[in-house]
Amino acid sequence: MKKIKYILFVLCLVPLAALASGSEVKLDHAPLRPDDKLSLQRGAHTFVNYCLSCHSAEFMRYNRLRDLGLSENQISDNLIFTGQKVGELMTVAMKKKEAKQWFGVAPPDLSVIARSRGPDWLYTYLRKFYRDESTATGWNNVVFDKAAMPHVLYQLQGEQSLVTKTVDDGHGGKHEVSELKLDKPGTLSKTEYDAYVADLVNYLVYLGEPAATKRVQIGIVVMLFLFVMLGLAYALKHEYWRDIH
Amino acid sequence: MGKRLESMMEWIDARFPLTSTWKAHLSEYYAPKNFNFWYYFGSLAMLVLVNQLLTGIFLTMNYKPDASMAFASVEYIMRDVDFGWLIRYMHSTGASMFFVVVYLHMFRGMMYGSYRKPRELLWLIGMGIFFVLMMLAFTGYILPWGQMSYWGAQVIISMVGAIPVIGQTLSNWILGDFMLSDAALNRFFAYHVVTLPVLLVTLVFVHIIALHEVGSNNPDGIEIKANKDPITHIPVDGIPFHPYYSVKDIVGVVGFLIVFCGIIFFMPEMGGYFLEYNNFIPANTLQTPDHIAPVWYFTPYYSMLRAVTVNFLWVDAKIWGIVLMGGSVAIFALLPWLDRSPVKSIRYKGPYFKIALTLFVISVFVLGWLGTKSPTPLYTLLAQIFTVIYFAFFVLMPWYSKIDKTKPEPKRVTG
Amino acid sequence: MADIDKKQEMNGRRRFLVAATSIAGGIAGAAVATPFVLSMMPSERAKAAGAPVEVDISKIEPGMLLLVEWRGKVVWVLDRTPEMLANLKKLDSQVADPKSEKPQQPPYCKNDTRSIKPAILVVEGVCTHLGCSPVYRKDIAPADLGADWLGGFFCPCHGSKFDLAGRVYKSVPAPTNLVVPAHMYLSDTQLLIGSDKESA
Repeated sequence: MKKIKYILFVLCLVPLAALASGSEVKLDHAPLRPDDKLSLQRGAHTFVNYCLSCHSAEFMRYNRLRDLGLSENQISDNLIFTGQKVGELMTVAMKKKEAKQWFGVAPPDLSVIARSRGPDWLYTYLRKFYRDESTATGWNNVVFDKAAMPHVLYQLQGEQSLVTKTVDDGHGGKHEVSELKLDKPGTLSKTEYDAYVADLVNYLVYLGEPAATKRVQIGIVVMLFLFVMLGLAYALKHEYWRDIH
Repeated sequence: MGKRLESMMEWIDARFPLTSTWKAHLSEYYAPKNFNFWYYFGSLAMLVLVNQLLTGIFLTMNYKPDASMAFASVEYIMRDVDFGWLIRYMHSTGASMFFVVVYLHMFRGMMYGSYRKPRELLWLIGMGIFFVLMMLAFTGYILPWGQMSYWGAQVIISMVGAIPVIGQTLSNWILGDFMLSDAALNRFFAYHVVTLPVLLVTLVFVHIIALHEVGSNNPDGIEIKANKDPITHIPVDGIPFHPYYSVKDIVGVVGFLIVFCGIIFFMPEMGGYFLEYNNFIPANTLQTPDHIAPVWYFTPYYSMLRAVTVNFLWVDAKIWGIVLMGGSVAIFALLPWLDRSPVKSIRYKGPYFKIALTLFVISVFVLGWLGTKSPTPLYTLLAQIFTVIYFAFFVLMPWYSKIDKTKPEPKRVTG
Repeated sequence: MADIDKKQEMNGRRRFLVAATSIAGGIAGAAVATPFVLSMMPSERAKAAGAPVEVDISKIEPGMLLLVEWRGKVVWVLDRTPEMLANLKKLDSQVADPKSEKPQQPPYCKNDTRSIKPAILVVEGVCTHLGCSPVYRKDIAPADLGADWLGGFFCPCHGSKFDLAGRVYKSVPAPTNLVVPAHMYLSDTQLLIGSDKESA
């Protein structure tokens, strides 16, 4: 009986441990700092400058950015380039149909992109563009083959190309390894650019669930309360059950 | 003050059986005194039901059952409605926890033989609850109108279309269109918020009435009503549900809430198991996601659906898959008549039953895990093997439960 | 004897634990109810739609009534002529609350003209009786309103009358003066309705 219980308990944990398998490309871990307001502000700035011209975030209101420690005036002065009011949604002027003609697909809305793609994918994707003359945009991506999006941050990162070489694996076999090589440096160094993208991804994760910070804060209070309540409830049960035992 | 209250109670009791109902179902409902951990899940299922009803009502205040607005209205709840995110997570986590609790509740019944005479009808009503719960989960999952909502529903509805002769007409009738569209979303919303909850609440009520008629089973699987005090006619091993089990259930409730709130506040997506990543992409009728899997509580059945790959007896593999999937749920209803053991509880059953139950549980977990994976030849083979084990547990039960070496049941409940 | 002591102590302990658990449960219940209650308050979308409205009043002429929509209500902006303003004083004895004692206006409009700039009246066009929108009647002594009508607002639903400062007449169904919403001047000709603070 005890053994069965133990086996069952272990089995309960199996599916939780076996997380969904990853894609073929190894993703770099995105350094997220959800409490770093300055990083989030920098990310928001990059977002409205580079992303928001084609992509919308149509479930997000500009004035929600007060979460990042900004005032409504700061938001309208520094982050709204569309002439919209501070209470409005982050929509985009580009029409979906036109966008589809230009890019082949309409640029997806980015409100919850971090929740569907995951931060690591975004962090890797935004850093792994390379020059590819065979595509319509002249760009390709390591994690998203034939991505319709051109590399909008190339002036910052510079231009990379994909170099494939054959290496000896030390056991007599040979296999191909592809890596990115920086051909033309951009205005940022590699570490600067990585930090720049990290800020943007940090912001995208916030954008995916603006209530997340508040959720965790409330959660801690709730858990503390429940543990006190558990003690009380157990004491009460114990007290009544003295009648039975 | 005390006198006033008393006379008020008298006034009510002359018009409504308040005191007698309280006594019959709480303060003088005698439950076996040896309930263990596994007996928390009945009351917890009630708690989750209340949670779903309450949060569900508040979600309908802002949700729009319209294919062009549904996805946006969910994000509106998550962002623009004060505490909308909390209510939504309570509902989405509650849906998964409902299945966790109900599966454990069913497993308890299987361990201790709670489906055996005189509780066959109680078990069948429970099966009805389980079926309605699955319908609720299915209709509810469609509502956010994300990619998984859409394609998950597409797969299920295609099964209806596979029914010979009437299938296509039937699926058009269910969808109100020639494909999955706004019309279906609108009517599934109606089922999800009106029809099915009313049915569920009614069945739960009937389930409890049936339970209180026959009395609760217990880990020893013996009838406490067989041994009553000659003077008071109270079962000697029975204790009043209130206050003893009400205070005990509070402990269970708080313990459950610690897990429940832990998920809601710290990992509401539960690693993609409770809220799937692909469902954060709005439904796209032209593009199936690379990998589609149902939510975890449906994956064992989904595995069995995929496991049948050969045509058999002039019937398509597809149809057999559907039959197997339906059968894997329906077969639970036969348990009261499959079990031929002279004892009810696993405590006194022999090794055959223990082995069979262990293998069954393993097969459920393996099938559940396989259901989250893309099929490969190896996975399909595994699914086939474990589907056979799953069904063998039921089909062979009349045989192994009869020849099993059982221990004698005690006269009185133990520990 | 010792047994009875023990029993009493147990009962005391039991009572204490029941009380403590009940209180904790009550706190939990209230804590759960709070988000549900708050979720029914106007959402961020409603708040954005109800944001203050800017009105350009450079084109307004004396005696002219401008209609502005704010939070789904009509707000009147009326440029009163000197005669109109002079007439207000004469009506002090006929209106119910001549000094605007009831809090139907922000403190900065609690004056004889119920306005920031004497001439410009900003008032919600919603009758304080049952929410109809009164009609602007600037004609003096019309047949239907009587000889002593000096211009004002007349509610067609139940006959309430207000003067040109939105003050309610005595013995009409409406109990109070028309509401003056929070407002401010961003410049001489730019009026902001719905807020009187710099920040918003």
